[in-house]
Amino acid sequence: MAVLLLAEVTGGELQLDATAKAMTAAAKLGEVTVLCAGASAAAAGEAAATLAGASKVLVAEDASLGHRLAEDTAQLIASLAESYDHILAPATTDAKNILPRVAALLDVMVISDVSAVIDADTFERPVYAGNAVQTVKSGDAKKVATIRTTGFEAAGTQAACAVETVAVPGATGLSDWVEDRLAASDRPDLTSAKIVVSGGRGLGSEESFAIIGALADKLGAAVGASRAAVDSGYAPNDWQVGQTGKVVAPELYIACGISGAIQHLAGMKDSKVIVAINKDEEAPIFQIADYGLVADLFEAVPALTEKL
Amino acid sequence: MKILVPVKRVIDYNVKVRVKADGSGVDLANVKMSMNPFDEIAVEEAIRLKEKGVATEVVVVSIGVKQAQETLRTALAMGADRAILVEAADDVHTDIEPLAVAKILAKIVGEEQPQLVIAGKQAIDNDMNATGQMLSALLGWSQATFASELSVEGDAATVTREVDGGLQTIKVRLPAIVTVDLRLNEPRYASLPNIMKAKKKPLDVKTAADLGVDVAPRLTVVKTAEPAARAAGEMVGSVDELVAKLKEKGLV
Repeated sequence: MAVLLLAEVTGGELQLDATAKAMTAAAKLGEVTVLCAGASAAAAGEAAATLAGASKVLVAEDASLGHRLAEDTAQLIASLAESYDHILAPATTDAKNILPRVAALLDVMVISDVSAVIDADTFERPVYAGNAVQTVKSGDAKKVATIRTTGFEAAGTQAACAVETVAVPGATGLSDWVEDRLAASDRPDLTSAKIVVSGGRGLGSEESFAIIGALADKLGAAVGASRAAVDSGYAPNDWQVGQTGKVVAPELYIACGISGAIQHLAGMKDSKVIVAINKDEEAPIFQIADYGLVADLFEAVPALTEKL
Repeated sequence: MKILVPVKRVIDYNVKVRVKADGSGVDLANVKMSMNPFDEIAVEEAIRLKEKGVATEVVVVSIGVKQAQETLRTALAMGADRAILVEAADDVHTDIEPLAVAKILAKIVGEEQPQLVIAGKQAIDNDMNATGQMLSALLGWSQATFASELSVEGDAATVTREVDGGLQTIKVRLPAIVTVDLRLNEPRYASLPNIMKAKKKPLDVKTAADLGVDVAPRLTVVKTAEPAARAAGEMVGSVDELVAKLKEKGLV
């Protein structure tokens, strides 16, 4: 089986963690060709060539691919599709924008958020906000799927494989990029951080989130938030962990003032170790926590920061 | 400008999902069903564009079982002008896949000629996050997914999108498909007089066969299972005890 893996490339740089995890899923299916697309993607291509499991890297460079707008990127992938049985990508917002479009161009169903690969046609994926796991078998000739990266370990490294350049179809001109407003932060990326410290509605205000930040900075951790905290305006949306936000699976997840709504649990329950700090001993978060502490977070979190 | 809004009837957001013991799916018999929450946001946005004088008509469409009429009536009560139901299944447990839904919507777009389709970014049942993108591909239109801000000027729309790491703003040429994220707006509740009025608004019924679309699934559901449960943990009595446990495990 021949697999085309769309690498996550942002601003010309390979996003190693997401791509390496999707590679592990791709390598289960066959020989993997990695596609790096962007206004500049050569450096990303060189990096992808050393990812264990890559047999070839394709570099597609064109101004129209600069911000990975769906129309042009999907058109590129569809133009390459003939040679592959599977077309995969890590389930980032970019890939979720692009791959369903690719699938429709190929007249196949997309398989979103794959959490396990059973065989070449059969995949597991969460449905109903993670309240159920479905095993689906595709009857389509080509399989187009996004990979939920938390379900897979990152692939290692290898001696670099061959890198080739591919032709880019002309721009569709359907959409234009205007601007990116990316949150600048010295903290690690939420989806790849080893430790995540999250705050919930229990924080009570945007200002109070500083104690979450202080603990995170002490641990070199990323900061997350529950949807309740985001909806209340205490935290920006890109911090949101949950079914409608980001799905994370760090080594350690510290939930502070989070009750544990189903939609939040769906985004973090695959974390290796979960710590919950909440003053309500009945909070559902304690049912899935490895270590629970019933305490006022305004006392416990600063104390934890000091003692670690 | 006409706006088309697809809406889906799904299990209510607040209902606890129960997986059927035989692994054949999720139990939807006698369960409260509502409009997909993301679709409510899409309906609200379309109505606001009409209230601003940008749109002239808001048409809502639902694809599925005949009970989806209730979902359409909800959208009409919120303020949509007209509804179309495309019957494509008899059993409430039958989920029509995004590819088939997109093909049906493409036919409806052909009949209705809207300039803008506003859809929810995903349905909270199958969580596919695909219909808008697929419809856009089939029509060869521009697409803007995960919108948290939308403005329409002339023959283009400016859309701010929720992406990993922050926000991206793009300009899409009309006609376009926009799929909406949570922060775009807060949907209104329908008032009682509007619920009464909605009963008199037009609702056309068609079938997938009328439109010549094959809705046979491409993905066979082999089984549906409960997610793996986590083993119960332990409660600690103090911050010091917690720190000791974390150090013992080598986590900090």
